[in-house]
Amino acid sequence: MPRVSIEKRVEDVPRWMPAATSIFAVVAAFVIVGIILRLMGGEPFTVARFFWDATFGSWATFSDTLVKATPLTLVGLACTVAFTMRLWNIGAEGQFYMGAFFASLVVLIPIVPPESPRILVILIMVVMGLIGGALWGFVPGVLKARFNVNEIITTLMLNYIAILWNNFWIFNTWSDAGFQMTPTFEKSAWLPRLSDLARQYPFFSGMTLHGGFVIALIATVIVWWVLKYSKWGYEIKLIGDNKEAARYAGINIARNIILVFMFSGALAGLAGMIEISGVVHRLQERISPGYGFTGIIIAWLAKLNPFAVVLVSILFGALIVAGREIQPSGLASLIQGIVLFMVISSEFFLRYQIKFVREEEPGIEEVRTA
Amino acid sequence: MNNNPELYAVEMENIVVRFPGVLANDHVNLTLKKGEIHALLGENGAGKSTLMNTLAGLYRPTSGTIKVFGQRVDFGSPGNAIEKGIGMVHQHFMLVPTQTVTENILLGLKEPRFFMNLTKYDQEILELAEQYGLRVDPAAKIWQLSVGEQQRVEILKTLYRGANILILDEPTAVLAPQEIDEFMKNMRLMVDSGKSIIFISHKLHEVNEVADRVTVLRKGVVTAEGVSMEGLSKRDLAELMVGRTVVFAVKKKPQQPGEVVLSVKDVFAENNKGVTALKGVSLDVRSGEILGMAGVSGNGQSELAEVITGLRECSGSISVNGQEMANKPPITAIKSGVSHVPEDRTHVGSAPTMSITENTIMKCYRIPPVGSRLSIDFDSAEKLAIELKDEYDILAPSVKTEARKLSGGNLQKVILAREISSDPQLMIAVQPTRGLDVGAIESIQSLLLEQREQGTAILLVSEELEELMALSDRIAVIYEGEIMGIVNADEADVDEIGLMMTGAHAEDLV
Repeated sequence: MPRVSIEKRVEDVPRWMPAATSIFAVVAAFVIVGIILRLMGGEPFTVARFFWDATFGSWATFSDTLVKATPLTLVGLACTVAFTMRLWNIGAEGQFYMGAFFASLVVLIPIVPPESPRILVILIMVVMGLIGGALWGFVPGVLKARFNVNEIITTLMLNYIAILWNNFWIFNTWSDAGFQMTPTFEKSAWLPRLSDLARQYPFFSGMTLHGGFVIALIATVIVWWVLKYSKWGYEIKLIGDNKEAARYAGINIARNIILVFMFSGALAGLAGMIEISGVVHRLQERISPGYGFTGIIIAWLAKLNPFAVVLVSILFGALIVAGREIQPSGLASLIQGIVLFMVISSEFFLRYQIKFVREEEPGIEEVRTA
Repeated sequence: MNNNPELYAVEMENIVVRFPGVLANDHVNLTLKKGEIHALLGENGAGKSTLMNTLAGLYRPTSGTIKVFGQRVDFGSPGNAIEKGIGMVHQHFMLVPTQTVTENILLGLKEPRFFMNLTKYDQEILELAEQYGLRVDPAAKIWQLSVGEQQRVEILKTLYRGANILILDEPTAVLAPQEIDEFMKNMRLMVDSGKSIIFISHKLHEVNEVADRVTVLRKGVVTAEGVSMEGLSKRDLAELMVGRTVVFAVKKKPQQPGEVVLSVKDVFAENNKGVTALKGVSLDVRSGEILGMAGVSGNGQSELAEVITGLRECSGSISVNGQEMANKPPITAIKSGVSHVPEDRTHVGSAPTMSITENTIMKCYRIPPVGSRLSIDFDSAEKLAIELKDEYDILAPSVKTEARKLSGGNLQKVILAREISSDPQLMIAVQPTRGLDVGAIESIQSLLLEQREQGTAILLVSEELEELMALSDRIAVIYEGEIMGIVNADEADVDEIGLMMTGAHAEDLV
């Protein structure tokens, strides 16, 4: 009888293995959900069919999935940047709201007249979204850099301030006939959608995917380049790996805490702007169903790799879309939870290996498995 | 295999441990007799720790057999090894700073179950400690203890778990000279009461002094198997270890020092605990000169290095080539050509999960050819790293290897390579050879002398008086943050320096 023994890995795992285990973990999570459904008396294959149809089944539904993946990608990137430096920004939610608020100011104040060309309005909204998010990152950044205030507490608290700040203005000043929302923005403040092209290409009719997805992809490439090839990215990684060594290498830690917080906040703020301009077309209550917090999970599942953030965001976007289609809607959260659980536990296989040892053999000979 | 199984506590036969790309142990044999101190000697990366980790159940050998008290064993985990009475004290202590000695020793044991009843256990531990002469207060918290006392706690931890075979991994590397003497006595006491000890070291004089037998490893192969220490000289051991005759004295060329590069005047500074660590230190270092700084560690040496390199605030004046350095950010020192080999290689000098390449460019990533305006040219960074790896003989599978996977000596070479390649005006080297093996020490010492010949001003902090005498032009002795005196190395008297290291002023000695 071979004995199973678990040993710590001494050698590096092959490059493909982390990705493969993550994918396997996701698949396993779906299998487990299926088993749970079956035990509860449901029909997993029917549910799976519905799930598929609602998320990836057609171009139209896939477009919905990408719409949800867009803000998730950006907040995921926001967390990725901060986490790489071991800066625990859990305030992407607040930064998202501030980005949305600042972008809305372009229309609400207004900063530019509504009849301005769309490209100009959108561009200014993008800049304002970045500024709003960066400002909401600047506050905890300064507190951390100057007074060493724990950023987890400040960013968490600032989330509530941002949400309530938004509410104040939409209830008090810009309320649309007493509802907790502003009037719909002029079209010049809308990000172009695929459905805008429906007149020339009927194929696109009803597709809600907007230009924000392209912005998110551009942001992904920029974040990837910054972290991998720039001097700043090297500093961020060095601080994250060993703060003392970074100080010794002459890097200004305080300055980087503030800058990285602002960069992270700006990305989350951009997500807020895109949600306003691409989806809701006005400032209103509850524009985010917790995107900022999901971003934390996404960044971890993607192992702080910007491109993986996009893929994980699409998966999570699909779960949000599916949650609207499948009853009970809690099913999507169940899947989210199990996926997270499986991916985190799959780390075990990257750190340990399982060996089968035959005891009766002289000496120690073993059959290795992955 | 042997005729008298009663004789041996441990028999390791034909142990092979293979890591990717490295054969760490190649058919190694090692036997430990009951009641002996057996030294395991070898350079960094020779496979000493690997071999001992296999015995302690941390690794499983690729092939080979291990017997403990005549019985075949196959350890799947350290727990199995502890059951068989094998206890290992690692170089890095694993203690909880906020808990007491007793609490740390009991941690992880089945007893006590719920009610701690610490006083009862305090008493037990006190008795155990007295039995082996390991002085330590069971009720003291770990953070209050000196490194030597913490080490005793680690040893007590293994003894309390019933260890009969102790593996001590470079136990003296962290100890001050006076603590080492006491430690040697403790080891004797332990073997006298029936324990068997494997003592890993690369300090030849200690091995010579304390061990009964010695096994020497070189590049994973045994070059001397359980040889009795009688009649072996330090020179013999060194030859077995590095495979060639080691010249102990590196040659310092006579040389006229140039202009003053570093000038420290009346510097005061606090240490991390807020206690004054430097009390009015003044000294000069000239170009082409090595100023050695002698002293028992913890007397302000690291703080001095830190105020010069901008890592610590201070009062007073520090100038490098006439430029004021005190209380400027570290980048100012780097840009004025001050390089720094920090005392703490792993926590200050390197980034553990980054590659050799990324560790090499830590100081030069801002400037061409590695750094351009915004980005880093990783091709030229890698080229630089490969050059340095060859030039400084850094042993690693590739420059992509993570720093944490390097042995102490190789990591130190990476740091030195980085600091020297920046072409410094002034070099602050703190304990650059501590914990390294003979071969690495020699090459690092020659590197320092080479720098001296090229006109670099060097402040060398070391605890090894022999090293300071051999390398320095002048020696400054520091005690409790004060310079007790500065003497020329040629005229220096070891006894005098020793007295100054314990607080006597140079003037009082005449």
